[in-house]
Amino acid sequence: MTPTTTLTPAAPAVRRPAGGGSALRSARRRAALEWIAVHSLAIAAALFFLLPFVFVFLTAVMSDDQALTRELWPGTWEWGNFATVWKTPGFLTWWRNTLLYAGLGTVLAVGSSIPVAYALAKFRFRGRSLAMMLVIAMMMLPPQVVVIPMYLFWAKQLDLAGTLWPLIIPFAFGNAFTIFLLRQFLLTIPKEYTEAARIDGCGEFRTMVRIVLPMAKPAIAAVALFHFFYCWNDYFGPQIYASENPAAWTLSYGLESFKGAHQTDWNLTMAATVMIMAPVIVVFFFAQKAFIEGVTLTGVKG
Amino acid sequence: MTAALPVPAGLRAKRRRAALRTLGFLSPWLIGFGVFFAYPLVSAVYFSFMKYDGFTAPTWVGLKNWSYVFGDYPFFWPALRNTLWLIVVMVSLRVVFGLGVGLLVTRIRTGAGLFRTLFYLPYLAPPVAATMSFVFLLNPGTGPANTVLAALGLPEPGWFNDPLWSKPSLTILALWGIGDLMVIFMAALLDVPKEQYEAAELDGAGSWQRFRYVTLPNISPIVLFSVVTGVIATMQYYTEPIVAAKVASGVIGGSGQQFEPGYPDKTTLTVPQIVYNLGFQRFDTGAACVVALVLFALAMVFTAFLMRRRSGFLSAED
Repeated sequence: MTPTTTLTPAAPAVRRPAGGGSALRSARRRAALEWIAVHSLAIAAALFFLLPFVFVFLTAVMSDDQALTRELWPGTWEWGNFATVWKTPGFLTWWRNTLLYAGLGTVLAVGSSIPVAYALAKFRFRGRSLAMMLVIAMMMLPPQVVVIPMYLFWAKQLDLAGTLWPLIIPFAFGNAFTIFLLRQFLLTIPKEYTEAARIDGCGEFRTMVRIVLPMAKPAIAAVALFHFFYCWNDYFGPQIYASENPAAWTLSYGLESFKGAHQTDWNLTMAATVMIMAPVIVVFFFAQKAFIEGVTLTGVKG
Repeated sequence: MTAALPVPAGLRAKRRRAALRTLGFLSPWLIGFGVFFAYPLVSAVYFSFMKYDGFTAPTWVGLKNWSYVFGDYPFFWPALRNTLWLIVVMVSLRVVFGLGVGLLVTRIRTGAGLFRTLFYLPYLAPPVAATMSFVFLLNPGTGPANTVLAALGLPEPGWFNDPLWSKPSLTILALWGIGDLMVIFMAALLDVPKEQYEAAELDGAGSWQRFRYVTLPNISPIVLFSVVTGVIATMQYYTEPIVAAKVASGVIGGSGQQFEPGYPDKTTLTVPQIVYNLGFQRFDTGAACVVALVLFALAMVFTAFLMRRRSGFLSAED
């Protein structure tokens, strides 16, 4: 997906009536006009996508008083706002909890989904397409459908409400979205590799670990990243299971309550917002390829 | 066990081994499916006929919860209407805008990488952070958006605080996070065979005709894919409207017990939110399960539609 590919050829070259010189000139003029039109639109779009970040950042470094006015540019640059947020009671706990939820959740989900995706992609067995349909159904299921019985199960039977375990433990049993994406990728690996390994007397598990997984590294990186950010962004899960116990809050849930504690201080709220967005954006710049691959993976043909 | 064709013992053992191996590989998910899908669904059906507040023992009430949700519960129909509005307006705008940005990106010659990154970034913003940013940007008092509009002499909407503007405000937020669709459309657009454009051009097709008769037919599976996944995402739409309503109404804090859902005037209520409202704010487990089952039925109708269209995407076969 190199952006150098263009849909309309820049040079005309096809129709060239008499007086070719002037036709070439008008074609050049058309190409120049198109360049201007496309780039003006691109700049307008860039403003739409970028300005929210800019205004959020500018407000994050305003003084308390100025944040209550309509001024857009900070009078004094209050970098200390970030330190104030950092020192807010609980902020570090939210970080720790988020990293625990996202880190452990990702390792468990990817680890338990790999063999399932492998079996669905490489084994032929009765009920395989039914299993695949159930994976898709599970993937499409809004979490709210099952939350009531699940909450009762975790809270009454296991007494784990107010902790992050009800969010983390289920990932040890495969994640439908991860299974689906990994399987889509594994289907693209030619049969010859696994067949050759089998003929060499390699067991199925070893074939998966030694032959197929190294080839699937980019896809595994992509789904791991996807999963990590799913947990990082999750608001519903922590709201259900952790809201009653502030020691178990995550960044997404804590950020909202932060606004509650600083009712009128938009500057501090926006500083906290910047601090929660920043890591995602930093990671993106390091792992751009995996991100884009993950997104295209969701749209590819089966 | 009278097999028509005698199966050699060795082969039978081999088959059994293969079946066990398959079960072994699938076991994490088989357990997960049972515990986190089948069990809660059956449970939800059971509780939908029970009066249960989560503390005292559940009692059988027949169809009372069902008639309460459809008849007397004041939030059900507004939530369903809002969800339908979002499915129609937000999903179609997202697809059109995503395709538009995808087309634009394939035509940028100078600084394409930079523009692509800029367009993609908002998609990465955590939903709570993005929503809080937009409630701030669009707040009617001191928000930068209205400051700019006022400077241009344009009217200043009440955005998230105005029942007329609350859903459009959520839609703008959703359009801002278009990055995923842009990438998917971009990949699809670059896959369109170039010869088809050249042939169309030789036939004298203008740029609209090239789009209509070459581009669209080639990317139609991806358009359908983005519509269906958009609909399913809208049925799960929860974080943005609930955070927007809480922050815009100023009624937020740790517990959120006193929070009136759907601020302003029930306009940001969605179906997933009323499961939360009934189950965790009103402690009416039975009615919450009724709504959960309605949501399940809606989601499965669209999933079935998706799977009937096996060609092109999300195929269950290979």
